[in-house]
Amino acid sequence: MSAPSTDRRARGAGAARGADALDRSGAAQPGAGLAVERVRWSVDGTLIVDGVDCTAPPGAVTGLLGPNGSGKSSLLRLVAGVTRPDDGTVRLGGTDLVSMARRPRARVVAFVEQDSSTDLPLTALDAVLLGRIPHRSLLAGDGADDLRLAQDALARVGMAAFAGRDLGSLSGGERQRVHMARALVQEPRLLLLDEPTNHLDIAAQLATMDLVRTLAADGVTVLAALHDLNLAAGACDHVVMLSGGRVVAAGPVEQVLVPDVVEAVYGVRCEVLRHPRTGRPVLVLG
Amino acid sequence: MTTTRAPALWLAGALLAAVASVVLAVTIGPTDLGAADVWRTVVDHAGLSGALGTEPLARLQDATIWQLRMPRVLTAAAVGAGLAVCGVVMQSLTRNPLADPYLLGLSSGASLGAVLVLVVGITALLPVAAFVGAVAALVGALALAGSMGAITPTRTVLAGLAISQLAAAATSFVIFWSATGDSYRSILSWLMGSVAGATWTSVAIAGGAVLVLGTLLASTGSILDAFTFGDTAAATLGIPVQRTRWTLLIGVALLTGALVSVSGSIGFVGLVLPHAVRMATGARHRLLLPLSALLGASFLVWADTAARTVFAPRELPVGIVTAAIGAPVFALLLWRGRRAPRGLG
Repeated sequence: MSAPSTDRRARGAGAARGADALDRSGAAQPGAGLAVERVRWSVDGTLIVDGVDCTAPPGAVTGLLGPNGSGKSSLLRLVAGVTRPDDGTVRLGGTDLVSMARRPRARVVAFVEQDSSTDLPLTALDAVLLGRIPHRSLLAGDGADDLRLAQDALARVGMAAFAGRDLGSLSGGERQRVHMARALVQEPRLLLLDEPTNHLDIAAQLATMDLVRTLAADGVTVLAALHDLNLAAGACDHVVMLSGGRVVAAGPVEQVLVPDVVEAVYGVRCEVLRHPRTGRPVLVLG
Repeated sequence: MTTTRAPALWLAGALLAAVASVVLAVTIGPTDLGAADVWRTVVDHAGLSGALGTEPLARLQDATIWQLRMPRVLTAAAVGAGLAVCGVVMQSLTRNPLADPYLLGLSSGASLGAVLVLVVGITALLPVAAFVGAVAALVGALALAGSMGAITPTRTVLAGLAISQLAAAATSFVIFWSATGDSYRSILSWLMGSVAGATWTSVAIAGGAVLVLGTLLASTGSILDAFTFGDTAAATLGIPVQRTRWTLLIGVALLTGALVSVSGSIGFVGLVLPHAVRMATGARHRLLLPLSALLGASFLVWADTAARTVFAPRELPVGIVTAAIGAPVFALLLWRGRRAPRGLG
């Protein structure tokens, strides 16, 4: 892949790692946030993730972009600890996530999958309470604290009025908010989202990304795999562009979402305009 | 607000119903007996007649209660409770609403093991053989499901059906080849599921298995909850997915083996009871597990009472009664769930 590599400078320079925490993340300290180094993962001899280095600063939204099959979901699963990398390190604020025990890791990392469904009759509140499992004894039931946190989380995502509703009766956007609340009660320092706007209508897409931004503003490190480049341009502080399991570009949105990178990765010409109101980049494709 | 906020009340009610069912079922039968007679027998056999000043019953009545009805009713209660717990655990771990020990081939595997030793005539090995058969069927079903790719609900049930049919065919072959006259009839009634021959040994095997394994399985509520949204969600909630799945499924296979060794394969209890309880109380396993166990106990006690009284003096295998009740109930549940957006896949 001959695409420009605008963010390989952080490699090997430990002190510089946190310096990638660019705009809108004044609270970032060096070493805080997520740092992925040399992560490699293969299935049956096929390299899916091929030596990925990337960072996600705390208190900011980092978008993980790339075409289908570029390794976005695989990388998220590696960071979440669902699969184990063949090689490389995944650190959060200096702590190695790969070697961490499952339960302590579940108290700092939450993962919202692309499609979470169940055939079971489950209320929204009960679904959110599942997120408390890593925080309490496996023999204990929901405590008063768990219940309060779950109700707060539902309120936080604007779903307080839906606590008693069956999950199956909610719309896709509402369900996505419930899953977000379930991730919130895990009280994570790192929130991983796999295509959080998939199958949502545009209003729900924007509302979801707004919610993600407010969570990041509270200091959570957010890494979100996204399909829609314009959604990423509007909502992310920092993006990592994957292609063929490798990072081809990473950095602030303005530096990565440029015509050369987009054409090299997707094979599509684009123009970058400015949003007349927000000033954020807008990609016009084709 | 939610449907799961009064668990203590549910559990107390179900426990009361289970105890009442056992006492009442013991009084029902050709010899007319009352709850007070049951009490006097229990007190007598506990060696407390003197201390509590109650009169022991006449020998015939005492034998009816203590040697015939009590072991049978208690075995039915233990088997019902155990099957219901097995059903909950399997449905949750395979994320398949159709999973139960019967459908996934565990019961057929256990039956094959048991029939083999029955035909050979080493009845002492029956529980062991039933357990080995159950584990072999479980391993076969999951290996077959796994060989098609990731273990999904649909693949699990297809693989379970294949193993179940294979074990049933092998059982039929063994019976056809070696059983004669009386043994044929006893094997057949056992294959349909029956607690008619229950003794205190059956109570010890089924009751012991339910107390030890059933209690352990019933305490895994939070772990099973974590599987609600699948393996990945469970992993990110801090559960070691593969190790947990195998440990719990082997526990289910052990329990199924023990239950099948005393009662034969009784269908629909493990399938229908968890569904019915979920509809009433929601899907959280901390309440679902013990409640299913208690209601499963009551259910099988009454199903067996019907099996021995409805066509008296003829007796039906209780498996016919559970199927006759379970199949329509299951159809009703499917019909009520028809608006659910997702199918079994």
